[in-house]
Amino acid sequence: MSDLYHEAILDHYRRPHGRGSLAEPDARATRSNALCGETMQVDVTLDEDRVRDIRFECEACAIARASASMMTDVVRGLSRAEIMSFITRLRRFVTASPNAPDDSALGPLVALGIVRRTPARAACALLPWETLSEALAQTLSLELS
Amino acid sequence: MKNDFPLLARSPALHYLDSAATSQKPRAVLDAIRDVYETANANPHRGAYALSVAATDRYHAARERVARFLGVGDPACLIFTRGTTESLNLVAATANVHRGDEIIVTRLEHHANFVPWQQVALRTGAKFKIAEITDDGRLDLDYLRQLISPRTKILAVTHVSNAIGSITPLSEVVRIARDMIIVVDGAQSAPHMRVNFDELGVDFYAFSGHKMLGPTGIGGLVGRRELLEQMPPYQTGGDMIEYVGDDHTTWNVLPHKFEAGTPNLGGAVGLAAAVEYLDAIGMDKVRRHEQELTAAASTRLAAIEGVRVFGPPPAERSGVVSFTVADIHPHDLATILDQDGVAIRAGHHCAQPLLRRLGAGATARASFYVYNDLADVEALVAGVKRAQALFAHV
Repeated sequence: MSDLYHEAILDHYRRPHGRGSLAEPDARATRSNALCGETMQVDVTLDEDRVRDIRFECEACAIARASASMMTDVVRGLSRAEIMSFITRLRRFVTASPNAPDDSALGPLVALGIVRRTPARAACALLPWETLSEALAQTLSLELS
Repeated sequence: MKNDFPLLARSPALHYLDSAATSQKPRAVLDAIRDVYETANANPHRGAYALSVAATDRYHAARERVARFLGVGDPACLIFTRGTTESLNLVAATANVHRGDEIIVTRLEHHANFVPWQQVALRTGAKFKIAEITDDGRLDLDYLRQLISPRTKILAVTHVSNAIGSITPLSEVVRIARDMIIVVDGAQSAPHMRVNFDELGVDFYAFSGHKMLGPTGIGGLVGRRELLEQMPPYQTGGDMIEYVGDDHTTWNVLPHKFEAGTPNLGGAVGLAAAVEYLDAIGMDKVRRHEQELTAAASTRLAAIEGVRVFGPPPAERSGVVSFTVADIHPHDLATILDQDGVAIRAGHHCAQPLLRRLGAGATARASFYVYNDLADVEALVAGVKRAQALFAHV
């Protein structure tokens, strides 16, 4: 069994949560990882400031897909600010050195700590989150306008 | 052979299969770089003292050695650059292209011979056309014939596709593409096959040292003298001038006109040592060795269920095997192989227009060089099977 692909990751890869799209999303963003040709689409609906529902669709590796699957578990009910601070923590976590301590506030996402051994893969782990961040930014500009 | 390469010698468990990205360096190259800095280090072309003359001599000798390797009869027509990307940008930036002209690039190009020309077209209003490929990834010569018009000014074409290894039949391209400037990306041919610029009949040929056993940061552009003499300088500054007046400047002769600033002495000397090493093996033997490994890897991989190998048959490719495995993203495959010490590339290989045409977002790519052997092929095949087992039942 490969270390990088332990069961927590492979389970989400085989049976991803929240895969698909939303009929009437408040925002939809698509991003790609130029290095490896992955694409990720994230749909969200909001209740006021909080994520009500979220779906993702992707053409991506197991790391990105598992990260997206876990993301849909974690962010429902969270506010924009809570999500942004979560993404900041996650970004710091996956780009840290392999020996850095785990961050328990990240919940199941600590499984992504495996990418710290192969830094090029951190971008894969972050791709769904960068896409969500862009989707949330869209809803913000809608409100401002 | 692996013992000649310090990095490979100290990593016996490594199966390095990413030489199309960059090659490992033999001790002879590392020694030559160290030697020139220890025995002949001064600023070439500047000083009147003996040490500077020694540096100038070594730099000139390096140019002559590399020119001989590439069949360039007039070494002054070999410009040292940082590599293929800079060489191609040099040509694109100084090309005499205007609105109404046409530029043709091929579907096989690396971004380095695609984007600069696309940008020239956008800047000048020239028409940008793409020469398409056949379904098995070869330049479609009939399509090219149709595409060419009297207004075609530039044809940018790769000698060997970095992404799938297809070899362009340049002699036929030269017959078809008359009365235009042919700019060849030789990044994947100079390291892997005998190249004779003077016999190719093309106008420009760009290459990178680090892909042919040399150091990073050195490469070259070979061009026809009459074109190089007509072209304006690419960068200006020291070394490239003849006379600097208060309000005008005249340019130095070739090759110095295109080599502004202090030259890359260590890089040039290292590259000369690299081509010396390759010539000692013999480029025909290099090519045969890679063909054997490419054929073995292609056959073994294609026999695995779910594996798709891209490009024409192995005999018509350089030492590149680009493939996908059903239900496993190339990135995951590369990471799993890495755990077995097998280093391959995964992604779009800086050739997005080509991968779109092939209907693949990304591929895995194994590429071979002089130091690879059948054990590397075995490790690759075993790794692919292990990845399939790991991802089974997805």
